[in-house]
Amino acid sequence: MLRVFRYWVTRYRRTWRGSIVINVLNPLLFLIGIGAGLGALVDDNAPAQIAGVSYAAFFAPGMLAAAAMQNAFLEGAAGVARAAGFGAYRSATPTPLRPEQLAAGHLLFITFRVLIASGAFIVVMAAFGLIRGWWALGALLGATLTGVAFAAPAAAWAVGVRKLRQIDTVFRFVIMPLYMFSGTFFAVSQLPEWIRPVSYLLPLWHGVELCRTLSLGTATISGSSVHIAYLLALAIGGFLVARVTYRRRLHP
Amino acid sequence: MTTVAVPAWTRRRALALVERNVMIYRRSVTPLLNALVEPILYLLSIGVGVGMLVGTVPGVDVPYAAYVAPAILATTAMNTAFNQTSFGVFIRMRVEKTYEAILPTPLSVTDIAVGEVTSAMINALLTSIGFLTLMAVGGLVTSAWVLLALPASVLISYAFAAGGLAVTTYLRDFPDFQYIQLFMLPMYLFATTFYPLSVYPEAVRPLIQALPLYHSIELVREPTLGHLGWDLLIPVAYLLAFGSIAMYVATRRMTRAMLR
Repeated sequence: MLRVFRYWVTRYRRTWRGSIVINVLNPLLFLIGIGAGLGALVDDNAPAQIAGVSYAAFFAPGMLAAAAMQNAFLEGAAGVARAAGFGAYRSATPTPLRPEQLAAGHLLFITFRVLIASGAFIVVMAAFGLIRGWWALGALLGATLTGVAFAAPAAAWAVGVRKLRQIDTVFRFVIMPLYMFSGTFFAVSQLPEWIRPVSYLLPLWHGVELCRTLSLGTATISGSSVHIAYLLALAIGGFLVARVTYRRRLHP
Repeated sequence: MTTVAVPAWTRRRALALVERNVMIYRRSVTPLLNALVEPILYLLSIGVGVGMLVGTVPGVDVPYAAYVAPAILATTAMNTAFNQTSFGVFIRMRVEKTYEAILPTPLSVTDIAVGEVTSAMINALLTSIGFLTLMAVGGLVTSAWVLLALPASVLISYAFAAGGLAVTTYLRDFPDFQYIQLFMLPMYLFATTFYPLSVYPEAVRPLIQALPLYHSIELVREPTLGHLGWDLLIPVAYLLAFGSIAMYVATRRMTRAMLR
């Protein structure tokens, strides 16, 4: 498993520049464009509406979790589908590496990438004065966990995907709506009463809440453990399914 | 062999390429519907959701969603046109080698360029009509002048389709597309899509006003909010000039690349 991880890291050392735009600059631009720009309008209008903090401080941790989800999904789905179709997995199949080791090593690498990207984002948040204290480091782990909770199920599914276009479709119809309606841009409590329970089922909502409460210093033990348990369940469940689907695709 | 004296390109020949693209698109309406998904999500999430927090934009007496909607319409026209002449053309040029199959026919490189831009404009007009319909259904239309958004989106798509075509001639491979993203995403976020120019410090404003998307948004938003004036001729002139220069660069470079 660590060998697989080392493979991906070696590769990434040569290719990280190619992903820097989408992984790091994209969330940063949203932080400035939406958090600071649109935030100026929000703060002028209703300063007290969102938990008594500036809109940027409210939005940034949401963006942190959402960016972790997007990065993890893209690498977990498109990266895995490509590796399974004509890349690394094909070459690794004849070696003694078992499919579940391939899955675990690749997921470990995705975790590492999400951790780095989230770390960079949190440094910027700190530079803008958008975090309160050391609990923000908990948000770093929260964002990484959010990433894994998406990467593992994505990998379990994508290892069997033969048309990359399907991944675009899932991104557009699953990931984008999650991004928009999981409390990233506005609080779920603004939604009409009847639709809120749906939001509470969304995995990204748990990631956003976890990161937001940690970075604003309002986290409670019971609340955070529910979020963590939900995300962990997705990550572990995804990995268990991945063990089966990897074996099915790579050793038919 | 006698050759008939024909101009370098004729409209009819470029239309042959438009017809080809229409035939392919008719088989799958999904790309056009897909082009509408993202703007709708942005409209609902930022326009309506964050709009509840914003209330109204200073100096504009409409709800925030009605303020954002025309800007999203402009970006939809931009993206639809731009994607087709960047991604689409790149794939047809390098991967599928469509143009190599076309060039032995009477079509010239200029015909191909004009045809691609025209069909990108058609697609952009269709998505704009779709988005405008949704805006009307959602009660975000406040003035009858909103219909001017359609000719505006034709002009926007002309500028960006030509721009996309010109940029594509400089791309080496797929990873280069991220440099395009590096320009398009900040432009989308900062060209007054979500908040007025007055949010920016005085020093930054000329920078924003230099962006083609800024003028595109002005051209759609002003009439949609019922403001009509001669100053709308500025974005019209800007977009016409932008598109025509891009068109000139694109055809020149495509001719050089394809008829070595």
